[in-house]
Amino acid sequence: MADVLLEVEGLTKRFGGVVAADDISLTLSAGELHAIIGPNGAGKSTLIGQLSGEVTPDSGCIRFDGREITNLPVYRRSQLGLARSFQVTTLFSDFTALDNVALSVQAHGGHSFRFWRNARREAELREPAEAALAQVGLAQRAATLVADLSHGERRQLEIAMALAAQPRMLLLDEPMAGMGPEESARLVAKLRDLKGAITVILIEHDIDAVFALADRISVLVYGRIIASGDPGTIRADAGVRQAYLGEGATDD
Amino acid sequence: MLYFFEQFLNGIQLGMLLFLLAAGLTLIFGIMDLVNLAHGSLYMLGAYFAASFAEWTDSFVLGAILALAATAVVGMILEIVAIRRLYGRDHLDHVLGTFGLLLFFNELVRLIWGPAGMTLSLPSEMLSAIEVLPGLFYPVYRLVIIGVTLIVAALLYVLIMRTRVGMLIRAGASNREMVGALGVNIKLLYTLVFGLGAALAGFAGLMQAPILTVQIGMGENILIAAFVVVTIGGIGSIRGAFVAALLVGLADTVGRAFVPDLLHAFLSESASSNLGRALSSMMIYLVMAVVLIVRPEGLFSATSK
Amino acid sequence: MSPVAKGLSKAASEGAAITPRVALNIAVTATFALVPIYAAFSGDAFALTLFTRIVILAIAALSLNLIMGFGGMVSFGHAAYLGIGGYAVGILAKEGIGSGFVQWPVAVASAALYALVVGALSLRTRGVYFIMITLAFAQMIYYVAIGLDRYGGDDGLTIYHRSRFGTLIDLSNRTEFYYLCLALLLVSVYVVWRIVNSRFGMVIQGARSNERRMRAIGFPTFRYRLACFVIAGAMCGLAGALLANHTDFVSPAMMHWTRSGDLIVMVVLGGMQTMFGPLIGALTFLVLEEGLSRLTEFSNLIIGPFLLVVAISMRGGIDGLIGGVRRG
Repeated sequence: MADVLLEVEGLTKRFGGVVAADDISLTLSAGELHAIIGPNGAGKSTLIGQLSGEVTPDSGCIRFDGREITNLPVYRRSQLGLARSFQVTTLFSDFTALDNVALSVQAHGGHSFRFWRNARREAELREPAEAALAQVGLAQRAATLVADLSHGERRQLEIAMALAAQPRMLLLDEPMAGMGPEESARLVAKLRDLKGAITVILIEHDIDAVFALADRISVLVYGRIIASGDPGTIRADAGVRQAYLGEGATDD
Repeated sequence: MLYFFEQFLNGIQLGMLLFLLAAGLTLIFGIMDLVNLAHGSLYMLGAYFAASFAEWTDSFVLGAILALAATAVVGMILEIVAIRRLYGRDHLDHVLGTFGLLLFFNELVRLIWGPAGMTLSLPSEMLSAIEVLPGLFYPVYRLVIIGVTLIVAALLYVLIMRTRVGMLIRAGASNREMVGALGVNIKLLYTLVFGLGAALAGFAGLMQAPILTVQIGMGENILIAAFVVVTIGGIGSIRGAFVAALLVGLADTVGRAFVPDLLHAFLSESASSNLGRALSSMMIYLVMAVVLIVRPEGLFSATSK
Repeated sequence: MSPVAKGLSKAASEGAAITPRVALNIAVTATFALVPIYAAFSGDAFALTLFTRIVILAIAALSLNLIMGFGGMVSFGHAAYLGIGGYAVGILAKEGIGSGFVQWPVAVASAALYALVVGALSLRTRGVYFIMITLAFAQMIYYVAIGLDRYGGDDGLTIYHRSRFGTLIDLSNRTEFYYLCLALLLVSVYVVWRIVNSRFGMVIQGARSNERRMRAIGFPTFRYRLACFVIAGAMCGLAGALLANHTDFVSPAMMHWTRSGDLIVMVVLGGMQTMFGPLIGALTFLVLEEGLSRLTEFSNLIIGPFLLVVAISMRGGIDGLIGGVRRG
């Protein structure tokens, strides 16, 4: 029986007249891979924003490993073990791939008020960074500037950065957006490897990947969770089929 | 009490001048996203042009009108030749480039008009003072400044809120590409906006010329105050510029008049005089610092008029 | 170690081949090192005066490059720290404290303190608001200086005796003073180089590149940027102390906002995000200014448009033109 790692209760957020998050509640067990699906505009970005700390909820609370984090700033949540990847690639474009990941490692290696040693020569930072790059298949691109990476490679780098922090929970915001089939397959395989070791919230449009990976799925429509359960239940749910799966998705 | 009211009116008058400068700055910043350090140079040119034209035509009003036109033309030429190449760049590039223009214009004025500065005298009708309150005589000309600027502010309001050009300006402030996609000649729009800003700056310069100064470098001091106004009011907001200009004008004038006296209650004569002068010069920056801490985007949002 | 040898060994320790940029750096260092010798032989004392000023302002520009070039914090109020450092020396000298061992640490500490206050308030803002608020804080201290009647106010304050360092060094000996400034400059370059490439430097550069991501990966960016701002202020305060000694005079004009503008020009001209950029920028700008003022009374008619052209066309400044991959 796995422990509960994340509890979300009654999360609500309004932007002017629009209810982006409507009384959302979720519970995640440690090691679970929980997918969140829903049509565009359903409020997925707002949810990720509230979980990561960039958006302050109007009401509701979030508990991570029993600890209330609703009002913690972004960087504190990251330090507690909550890492996220971005839907729109948000990297350090004038640095190399290795530098990018090394920064992620550095953030979790104590304070950075170190003014003298050359950070690029520190094995403590380089080695975990190289390992993370290898995990996503970017090892040979370590010395390449981000500006020179392909779109798919940058998406992979996004994941590597989140992984390098050795998080307890990953928030993945449409990681496969813009990836080719080969890269997507590799990411699916990688996520499958991670299952059980890291807790994952996966926001994705790629339904095949979702059904292949998820332990549980929640369906978000207009800011509300209309259904939540294991993949079989979700697939069979009439309301879900109508609201989302019915809109031209592949049937198997 | 009367003295306070006099200073209060002075503060309003200063605020009006600041508004003219800030309105141009905030328009240019809001629509073209350009930081223009040379805006004070246009203010200076307005004053110099007015002084010269008034001398040639022997008429203050005619000189003023010609100066206004000349400054607007200089502004538009400047936009076409230099400013438009800075659009879309880093703000640092704007700072660097317009700083160069500022140095250039100061030197150019020194070359053409000499280092000594100029004077602009008022026509005799405006030299008198009228009794605004029992016992308080206030110069007619300063009231003219307040009045004329209020009219300009009203005209700006009509232009921005009720005309097609104004609608394009407001649209441009929030979405440049969209306006371009509508088939509007963006280049022309920008040139006109810049020219309008230049005219407003030149107008402020020529209006203050008879009571304050016409000299090289006069733009710098008031430019910083104008930037403070834009920052407090919110970038892109004319309404914000108006409110903030009044706030800053009053803070500066009333502050200078009363802070030393206020301090005198606690400190010695010389200490309160020294500290008072220093503090009152700082007033507008203190106001800005407070506003930025409480509301980092300024008092009014950028998408309002 | 002589400045030339120091420069060469630095080039060697960078592990660099002699690329055009390294060659330029060596040339610049060599030029700086040889100026007093040239001045002694040719009898041109003015060259020494000019270059002392260049070296001192290069230190100020270097400190600005740390926050602006590497940190992305465009401060339009950096001359304030020159002024604070200078006035610390001037005020202490007037009050009878002539020892450099007291004056200079006070100069550095007061500049650092003001930077702490300014940074704490300004770094909560971004972009043009940051530029404006740093400008405003510089103006504030400028007006405070004007209001200091006891210390000359607007007219400034003459310094009758340069900072005393006992038997170690005589600052009134121009050549000794010059080499001290040059040594401090080269040490500062080395220190900045180490900072930029350290963990701290990585945070600063990352925050410049993408602050949102930095926070997302777990960095509390504010405190690091503030620390960087303070370090830059302190370094500039030292330059201010040197400047006061050089001119034997301090005045509010040292902190006028156009002086801050000059520093920005030097940094951009020389190439941001490079170590020697500020030196090249200071050298170029001041020599240009001096040379043009000899040619014509109206030198800004040329300098002004030149800056505009630089802003429009050159990216990376002169040092960037010489090229190569960005360091750091």
